[in-house]
Amino acid sequence: MTTHPHPTTTAAPKPAPARAARRAVRRDKQRRSPLLTALTALMLIYSLVPLVWLLINASKTQEGLFSSFGLWFDDDFALFTNIRDTLAYDNGVFVRWLLNTLLYVVLGAGGATALATLGGYALAKFDFPGKRGVFAVVIGAVAVPGTALAVPTFLMFSKLGLTNTPWAVIIPSLISPFGLYLMWTFAASAIPGELLEAARVDGAGELRTFLRICMPLLAPGIVTVALFTMVATWNNYFLPLIMLKDPDWYPLTLGLNAWNDQAATAGGQAIFHLVITGSLLTILPLLAAFLFLQRYWQSGLAAGGVKD
Amino acid sequence: MTVLAPPTISRTGQADRGRPARRRRSWTGWAFVGPFMAVFAFVFVAPIAYAIYLSVFRTRLIGGTSFVGLENYQQVFTDPQFWSATWRVTLFLLVQVPIMLVLALLIALAIDSGRLYGKAFFRVAVFMPYAVPAVVATLMWGFMYGSRFGLVGNINDTFGVSLPDPLSPDLVLASIGNIVTWEFVGYNMLIFYSALQVVPKSLYEAAELDGASQLQIIRSVKLPAIRGALLIATIFSIIGSFQLFNEPNILQSLAPNAITTYFTPNMYAYSLSFSGQQYNYSATVAIVMGILTMIVAYAVQLRGTRKDK
Repeated sequence: MTTHPHPTTTAAPKPAPARAARRAVRRDKQRRSPLLTALTALMLIYSLVPLVWLLINASKTQEGLFSSFGLWFDDDFALFTNIRDTLAYDNGVFVRWLLNTLLYVVLGAGGATALATLGGYALAKFDFPGKRGVFAVVIGAVAVPGTALAVPTFLMFSKLGLTNTPWAVIIPSLISPFGLYLMWTFAASAIPGELLEAARVDGAGELRTFLRICMPLLAPGIVTVALFTMVATWNNYFLPLIMLKDPDWYPLTLGLNAWNDQAATAGGQAIFHLVITGSLLTILPLLAAFLFLQRYWQSGLAAGGVKD
Repeated sequence: MTVLAPPTISRTGQADRGRPARRRRSWTGWAFVGPFMAVFAFVFVAPIAYAIYLSVFRTRLIGGTSFVGLENYQQVFTDPQFWSATWRVTLFLLVQVPIMLVLALLIALAIDSGRLYGKAFFRVAVFMPYAVPAVVATLMWGFMYGSRFGLVGNINDTFGVSLPDPLSPDLVLASIGNIVTWEFVGYNMLIFYSALQVVPKSLYEAAELDGASQLQIIRSVKLPAIRGALLIATIFSIIGSFQLFNEPNILQSLAPNAITTYFTPNMYAYSLSFSGQQYNYSATVAIVMGILTMIVAYAVQLRGTRKDK
């Protein structure tokens, strides 16, 4: 248990104050503070300004980027031309990168979520030989710097002839120690042991019990792990950078960086407006996913923490 | 009461012996955990083993590959480029991680206090940058830093001043620190906030009745209660700092003079492998860095848990 220690919590004995007084405190807590809101808003501005900058500048032409003020719109609004150009540039290579990214996300993050769900369920609800070993190894792995593994993984994959294929990106994405960990804590509290007993007494098979009874209970945890592995795969840069040479297999992140580098190479055409519009298109799906699935992942994170 | 308190492992081998009908020790669990462990062995255990194997060999122009024992390790320990990279990420760690975590904690406490207007909006908006890929975050900030069409250039033109160039060798590390802070402050905020949510309200309602100020409540009730979350966020941030790669690697094309190929240990290992073809030495650098990271993370954890008692 190298990274997730148990803090000993000192639980104070619950006092029993008069109910009216307690209600008064609660009403007092409802008081909003404009000063605190203003201070926190500074942080909000810091978080949002770059995104606003991106949105504004995605509407500018390559020339407009240089001639107009960064945080306001240029005279001609070129967002839709930019989007069209981004999608069409270099025979629509951006669309190809988008599809590659989707492939890596669906297989990589999807697989990682499935493996973490099965594994977390087993660790929470079964007793099996070697369980302590599994626990020690996986918790230890959380502390291993992922990128320290990348170079050896590349060397091993190149021996196996896997580099420069989609598998080189997908296979390492399948393992999420953090996802396993989250599912484990989640399954431990979300599935009552008696429920499993009852299913077994009724003679339901293990797989059937898992699919029919446990999966629905695990849903918020699964959404949470799926979102976080999805972000990890969608945003992955280092792994594809070392594994892939062929731009046809690039995910969006590598492609955007290649477009940006293009300006620095001799004779390369500067296409910053496409880099900026492409960046905007790259982040929109993830922002949307987080916004729409808020209810699920926030309850998933919180439930993982409910361990009184 | 931490965000990530692990479920306790029961030593059920003995406890269950008397009740054979209940959870017997069986291999069924392996059917569920097996697939994870199989892939895990392939992408975690095998590369580590392979790296260790590589690190004890060396390829020379004359004589080919031969076993050299710990010579590569000796070389790492006397390699000025490795140490300059390690020193740089250590400096980064000592400055950026505290700033980021304190900011995250302040926002989490502010949102948790219930005294903000539009609390839900704050929570989601501050978290949003986490969903932005490091590549896009770095490109965005890199453009904004730029003096050509960035905000820094705009400010210089508008006010007729000349701000220091954020991409100059002196400032580039701070500029990277800003990008990393922007990316992860919301993520850490959410970890702290989730932990604060679980603190029983009765604990500090009682303190309030006794006339304790908000600051006192934060210091003696809320912070101790989320110590586990604080520790985990610190350890993850330390690991992240030592692994620093994406941001400097992408900024390199915008600031080629400020960012060397051995700017961070990871960039060094990367360039040794992919520009220098020195695979054996690169594997050694990766291993040494991994061990250093684990030592520091472990030391922090020991300190954190000792204070608990």
